[in-house]
Amino acid sequence: MTKMLMIYPDRCTGCQNCTLACSAFHDGEFRPHTSRIQVTTWEMEGFSMPTTCQQCEDAPCVAVCPTGAMHDDPMMNRVAWDQVKCIGCRMCTLACPFGAVSFETASHRILKCDLCDGKPECVAFCPAKALDYVEETDAARDRKKVVAVEFKKTFEEVN
Amino acid sequence: MYGWIGRYLRIDLNSGTVRKEIITAELARKYLGGRGLGTYFMMTEVDPKVDPLSPQNKLIFAAGPLSGTNAPSASHFDVVSKGPLNGTIAASSSGGLFGPMLKYAGYDMIILEGKSKNPVYLWICDDVVEIRDAAELWGKTVPETTEAIRSATDEDASVACIGPAGERQVLFANIMNECGRAAGRSGVGAVMGSKNLKAVAVRGTGAVRVPDIKAFRDAVVRASNKIKANSVGGAGLRNYGTDVLVNILNTVGGLPTRNFTDGYFPTADKVGGESLARQVLIRPRGCFSCIISCGRASKVTNPKYEGHGEGPEYETAWAFGPDCGIDNLDAITKANYICNDYGMDTITMGSSVACAMNLFANGVITAKDTDGIALNFGDEDAMLSVVRKTAEGEGFGKKLALGSYRMAESYGHPEYSMTCKKQEMPAYDPRAIQGIGLNFATGNRGGCHVRGYTISPEVLGQPVKLDPRVTEGKPALDITFQDLTAALDSSGMCLFATFGIGAEDIAELLSAATGVAFTTEEFMKTGARIWNLERLFNLKAGFTTADDKLPERLTKDPILTGPSKGLVNRIGEMLPEYYKLRGWDAAGVPTKNTLADLGLQEGNR
Repeated sequence: MTKMLMIYPDRCTGCQNCTLACSAFHDGEFRPHTSRIQVTTWEMEGFSMPTTCQQCEDAPCVAVCPTGAMHDDPMMNRVAWDQVKCIGCRMCTLACPFGAVSFETASHRILKCDLCDGKPECVAFCPAKALDYVEETDAARDRKKVVAVEFKKTFEEVN
Repeated sequence: MYGWIGRYLRIDLNSGTVRKEIITAELARKYLGGRGLGTYFMMTEVDPKVDPLSPQNKLIFAAGPLSGTNAPSASHFDVVSKGPLNGTIAASSSGGLFGPMLKYAGYDMIILEGKSKNPVYLWICDDVVEIRDAAELWGKTVPETTEAIRSATDEDASVACIGPAGERQVLFANIMNECGRAAGRSGVGAVMGSKNLKAVAVRGTGAVRVPDIKAFRDAVVRASNKIKANSVGGAGLRNYGTDVLVNILNTVGGLPTRNFTDGYFPTADKVGGESLARQVLIRPRGCFSCIISCGRASKVTNPKYEGHGEGPEYETAWAFGPDCGIDNLDAITKANYICNDYGMDTITMGSSVACAMNLFANGVITAKDTDGIALNFGDEDAMLSVVRKTAEGEGFGKKLALGSYRMAESYGHPEYSMTCKKQEMPAYDPRAIQGIGLNFATGNRGGCHVRGYTISPEVLGQPVKLDPRVTEGKPALDITFQDLTAALDSSGMCLFATFGIGAEDIAELLSAATGVAFTTEEFMKTGARIWNLERLFNLKAGFTTADDKLPERLTKDPILTGPSKGLVNRIGEMLPEYYKLRGWDAAGVPTKNTLADLGLQEGNR
């Protein structure tokens, strides 16, 4: 079983319960600014897009890390980070194509999704099922079903 | 402090000075935040007789102790001031992101004093607080202003601003934040305009802390599960928005129609939440930390009424719809967009149009008064024309900009205005629902449903079903709902969370967030303290028991058609008992004992 964090922007209400849950779990306080998942919202269009670490298989952040602090963690199917080895060079921040990694000097730490060690809090607190933690090969299943339902409707109308 | 930040901003717009001041633990505990704390500062620092649009009035933005946590639907802040629409204490609540963002920046509250010489806006980014020139922003709509300020400051800033209506001091101008959320009622936007303050923009990168994050998580999960399991707080509001109420209210014959000349609208379904979901809804939206998602991201494709944005809510759909005899949802939604863009309260706007239509129908005003517009009930294009005129400050729109009471009064017929204390009543007919009538009449900011939503038990059966037609027991019911709401508004919770949780749950959340143990009893008493403080403000402003009344139409003219045909409101049976249970004398003044019990002596100027 290999699970992934699936995002459905079309379901997102923009409530940011994910950012609250993330900061509460990792930092013990409510501080959306340091949340590992972030939400971008277009209010007038009523659209919100959560973004976070995609846990790349061939991760640019791992490739550029000079100390091996950023490393592949196949057991958890994630990219993990070792605070002891980290020299705070921020190369990972530069390399990540998703803008999902940043470094905070004050606490000498990388702010990056760690999937809460397998029980993502953002998923637990999302009220709209816009986030899901699912088996990776099943991740697109919900989307397929939506298309199928629409197709069925149209098909029945013309037949 | 936990929950609270313990610090607020005091900004003198005359001199441009900014001070950071401390909120004491005692004050925080006694008034919580939001509406309560704001009212305390208004009572302490502002003469209740002050002209609301003068520099001597103050404008307070206040978040609650739960704002910024993940307590379910706890995004709210209040704008507290003396309101220009009716001269009462005004606390206008809004959701969105602004309240939590203010706390992340490090402040529970902002007190704005005086008046700036030139148009300005306030930019707050953590410790940096700047008063910036807004000459370029003056005249811009809400979305234009929001975009321009984000470009000039930070793209993630929360922007609370006025539109052109607030600049021109339309008496029901609102303050919009995140483009689609409104501190809607009482005309707080006109106060902001009178101070030459276009916007308050804030970005915070700090934290809100609670004493025990795990215990708090447990309390949040418990409360959230109750809301999710509730038919209204769970699926109802998410699927259909607040507009789900149209058909529910029409079914009981309590949907005010054509300026309250009736209580039943046969084609109501065309403007209800179910139609909205089919016709204009893009998707449900939630304020910060919301699990309910009653917000409606919407789009009208009909070229005649084209637009996109947020809404309509129930009250809006009703005010521009059945109250004007209109059942065209596209046109209603367009009217909503105009109000959002220009910054006007949709309830007072729609109800004022309805009042004008009523005057027109009865020949009190003619097309000569309305710039040639035949303002007939049911004419959506006439409605939109006068809404635009009000937004733009043209012709007959200048009359409507005064609200229905002053408008009707100027033609010698104030009795056509469906207001309590000069503020327009919302979409629940007190002839069909007795308890809500008492709430409108005794409302501390005039006609208002979010001061004591007795519709919950009287119509929706939440938490228990009560008969809307009886008056017995209603005074006690009103008091419970009014006190609960006052404390809830001051905590930072959204009223809709009460579709699932009650005083005991909110008291538990408050205790877990602040580390201060609030019992249910103490929480409710805090609500009573705030309610009585607001009452004292209004009494000192010159209001008397004679103002605790409903428009005569509701006590004398029965509903004409539908399930509530023949009914009137019987407020006379309820008001004396209400005063007695409140601990007020026959003149509606809180007795010495009542004040002492609530610990209000020192707040009583």
